[in-house]
Amino acid sequence: MTGPTKLLFDTVWKSFGDRDVLTGLDLAVAEHEVVCLIGASGSGKSTLLRCANLLEPIDDGRILLDDEDISEPGLDENRIRRRLGIVFQSYNLFPHRDVLANVTLGPRRALRVGRSEAIERADELLARFGLADKRHAYPDQLSGGQQQRVAIVRALAMGPELMLLDEITSALDPELVGEVLDVVAELKDGGMTMLIATHEMAFAREIADRVCFLDGGRILEAGPPEQLLDEPGHARTQRFLDRVRRHRPA
Amino acid sequence: MSDAPPVRPAGPTRRARAERAQRRRATLIAGASTLVVGTVLVALVASAPGWDEVRESFFSRADFTAAWSDIAPAFWLNVRVFLTAEAFILVFALLLALARSSRSPVLFPLRVLAAVYVDLLRGIPVLLVLFLLGFGVPALRLEGVPNDPVFWATVALVMSYSAYVSEVYRAGIDSVHESQRAAARSLGLTSAQAMGYVVLPQAVRRVIPPLLNDFIALQKETALVGVLGPIEAARQAQIYSSREFNFTSYVAAAVLFLIVTIPLTRLTDWLLSRQRARVSGGRLA
Amino acid sequence: MARRTTALLAAGLLVLAAACGDSEDDEDSSPSTEEQDGSGGDDPVEAESTANCSRDAMELVNDGVLTVGTDTPAFPPWFQDDEPSNGEGFESAVAYAVAEEMGFPAEEVTWAQVPFNSAIAPGEKPFDFDINQVSISEEREEVVDFSEPYYETNQALVGFDDSPAASATTVEDLQSLRLGAQVGTTSLDFITDVIDPDSEPLVYNDNSSAKAALDADQVDAVLFDLPTAFYVSSVEMEGTAVIGQFPADAGGESDAFGLVFGEGNPLRDCANEALATLRDSGRLAEIEQEWLSDVVDAPVIPVG
Repeated sequence: MTGPTKLLFDTVWKSFGDRDVLTGLDLAVAEHEVVCLIGASGSGKSTLLRCANLLEPIDDGRILLDDEDISEPGLDENRIRRRLGIVFQSYNLFPHRDVLANVTLGPRRALRVGRSEAIERADELLARFGLADKRHAYPDQLSGGQQQRVAIVRALAMGPELMLLDEITSALDPELVGEVLDVVAELKDGGMTMLIATHEMAFAREIADRVCFLDGGRILEAGPPEQLLDEPGHARTQRFLDRVRRHRPA
Repeated sequence: MSDAPPVRPAGPTRRARAERAQRRRATLIAGASTLVVGTVLVALVASAPGWDEVRESFFSRADFTAAWSDIAPAFWLNVRVFLTAEAFILVFALLLALARSSRSPVLFPLRVLAAVYVDLLRGIPVLLVLFLLGFGVPALRLEGVPNDPVFWATVALVMSYSAYVSEVYRAGIDSVHESQRAAARSLGLTSAQAMGYVVLPQAVRRVIPPLLNDFIALQKETALVGVLGPIEAARQAQIYSSREFNFTSYVAAAVLFLIVTIPLTRLTDWLLSRQRARVSGGRLA
Repeated sequence: MARRTTALLAAGLLVLAAACGDSEDDEDSSPSTEEQDGSGGDDPVEAESTANCSRDAMELVNDGVLTVGTDTPAFPPWFQDDEPSNGEGFESAVAYAVAEEMGFPAEEVTWAQVPFNSAIAPGEKPFDFDINQVSISEEREEVVDFSEPYYETNQALVGFDDSPAASATTVEDLQSLRLGAQVGTTSLDFITDVIDPDSEPLVYNDNSSAKAALDADQVDAVLFDLPTAFYVSSVEMEGTAVIGQFPADAGGESDAFGLVFGEGNPLRDCANEALATLRDSGRLAEIEQEWLSDVVDAPVIPVG
C-alpha cells in the first residue's frame, strides 16, 4: 500500500554545458512505492538520481522531500543526504577499510552513533543479507555481487527514508545479478520507498509498482509494468523495448 | 566422464622440474659471468696507471679507521637532524596540501598562502634558505628567538622539503577517484570527514614510495648543516682530509650515509613492486 | 630471485674489497719524492741556479708571462678591492716584488683565480706560483712545494667588545667559550690542539660565514691569523676587537706563509732567490710595514 508523496520532482531542468539532460521533468514517488526508471543511456536516469541526492544541483524547478524543498540553493546538503540512500553502479566501496568499517563509517561519523551500537546495527543488516561471514573481508576479496550487496547495506545502515538505486546490476556478471535483485526484493517487502534506474526488464516487471520511460529528458510514459512493458502507448517506448529485448529477452 | 574430482599427479609438476633445472643453469652461468667480469674489472683497475695513488688517497685502510672514529660520532648530528626534520615535514607538508586542496571559501586566504609558500620554497636553493635563517635571523638578536645553528638548519630543511613533499601529497589526493569522495558525501559525511576518513587514507598509502624517496634525499641534505658551523659528518671528513691530506675520510663519510640510505632505497623498491603486484586484483591501497 | 641477486652482489663486492688492500702491504706508493731533497734551504750553488733562473730557461704555465694564483674574494690586508693586479695589499705587493726579481715587470704578470683548496691539492697547477695566505705545513709539503716563508704570523681571536671572550686572559678562560674558525686552517688546528675547548668548535666554509656567526652570537670568538683578525675587527665588524693573540712559540706551528708551487717545479728555487734578495735588502720588511702596520697592538695570551 503506498502512501502520501515522498519525493516529488517538479518541472526539473538540468543541463551540462549546452547539453540538456533533464527538460522539465515531473515525477512523484509515493511512500512505500517502488518506481523503476527505464530509458536509453544518456536519457538522464543517473542524473535524475544524483540530483535527488544533491550530488548535482538542478538548474530550474524543485525537488521536494516530504514537502521540504531540498533543491533550494544554500541548504545543508549533508542533512538531506543522511535521509536518502544511494547505491551506484560501480559500488564505490572504500577499499582501505573492511566491510564492517565501510558500513559503520557513515552512522558513526555522520550520525554520531556510538561504536558498539553502530556495529550491532551493521551486523544485523549484514546477517539479514547473507554477508555476516564477510564482516572483516576487504572489498577486493569479495565478488562483484557481494560488493554491491555491501554497498546496499552501507546505504541502509544510515536508516534512509528512501533508496535511490542507479543501475546497480549493470556492472555485474550475469550469475551475480540474482543475489542483488533478491536484496532489493526484500527491501520492497520491508516497505522501503525506492527509485530504481535499471536495464533489467524482468526485474522491473517483478518488482516495480510503476515503470517510467525516460526519453528526451522527461518522462514520456509511465504505468504499471504489465501495461508499459507489454502494451506501451508510444511508438518510441515500443522501439526502445524492442531494442532491449533483442539482447535480453524479458 | 566421471563425476569424481580430478586428482593431481603426485610429486612436482613437469613444469616445476623444468623451471628448477633452468634456474640452476641460469645461476651457474650468472655466477661464472660475474666472476669473469669481476676479475677483469679488478685486473683493469689495479693495473691502471695511478691506481696506487688513487688507492692510497681514497681507500687507505689506516686513514679509514682513523677518520671513522671522528666521523661516526659527528654523523650522529646528521641523524638527529633528519629524524627531527622528517617528523615535522610529514605533518607540515600535509597541512600545506590540505590547504591547497580545500574548496571552502572561508579557507581561501590559506589556500593562496599555501600556494605562494610552495612556489617560493621550491624555487629557492636550500643553501640560501639556510643562510637567511641560520645567520640572518639570529643576527637580528630578537628577544626569545633561538640562535642555535642546528635549530635553524633543521627549520630551513623543514621549510624547503615541506614544499616538495606537499606536492607529493597533493598528487596522491588527486589520484583518488572522485567517486570515492562522492560515495562518502552521499552517506552524509561532510567534506572534511570525506577527506579525513576516505580520501586521505587512500592517498597517503599510494604516495609512500615517493615520500620515502624525499626522505632519502633529506638524509643526504643534512650535510648542509655544516655550513652554519656545527660539525657534522661531511664537515668532519673535510677537516680530516685537510689535516692529513687524504680523501679516505670522505669515503668513510659516504659509507655512513649509505648505511642509512640504502635500507630505505631497498624498502622503497620493495614497496613499489608490491604495489605493482597489488593493483591487479589486490587491495587498492 | 632476490636471493640470487644478493648472493651475486655479495660475491662481486668481495672481489672488489680484495682489491682495495691494506696500504701497509704495498711499498710506499705515495707520489715520488725523489725530486725533492726535503730541505728548504737555500740553494748554495749560485752559478747553477742563476742559469736555471734566467727567463729563457723557465718553464711557465703561460708563455711570456708569470702566472700568479690567488683566491677570490681577495681581501685586505692581503689585497685591495678584490683586484690582485692593482699591486695594493701585502700579498699583491710581495707577488709583484718577487716577480720583478725573477725578471717579470708588472706588465708581464698575470693573475689566475684559484680556490684555496685546489692550490694545495695534489696535481697539475694552472699557475706558476700561488700566493694566498697559505701556511707552510708538513702535510701540505707532501703534495706541493713551498718557497721560503715571506711572512710569519700568529693566531688571534676576534670577538665583540661585550662578549665573555673579551675579558679572557688565559687559555683556561677560553675553554668554556664557543669558538669558531675556517675549515682546513691552522687556526682550526690551533683551537683543537692548543686551546682544547669544552665544546666542539664551530667550523665554517669561509671567513664570511665565520663573521656572520659572530654577528649572530652563535660563537663568542673566532680565531683568524693576526692581520685578518685586525682587519675584521677594525674595519669590517663594528663593536669587535682583537681579543688576544697567541705568542709565536705557542704550541703547534707558528704560521708561516709561503708561495705555493706545483710539486717539483724548479721555479721554486728561483723564487727563493728572489725572496732572499728582498729580505736582505729590507724590501720585504718595508712591504710588511706598509700593509700590515699597527698590527702588534693586540694583547698576547700566554699559553701553558
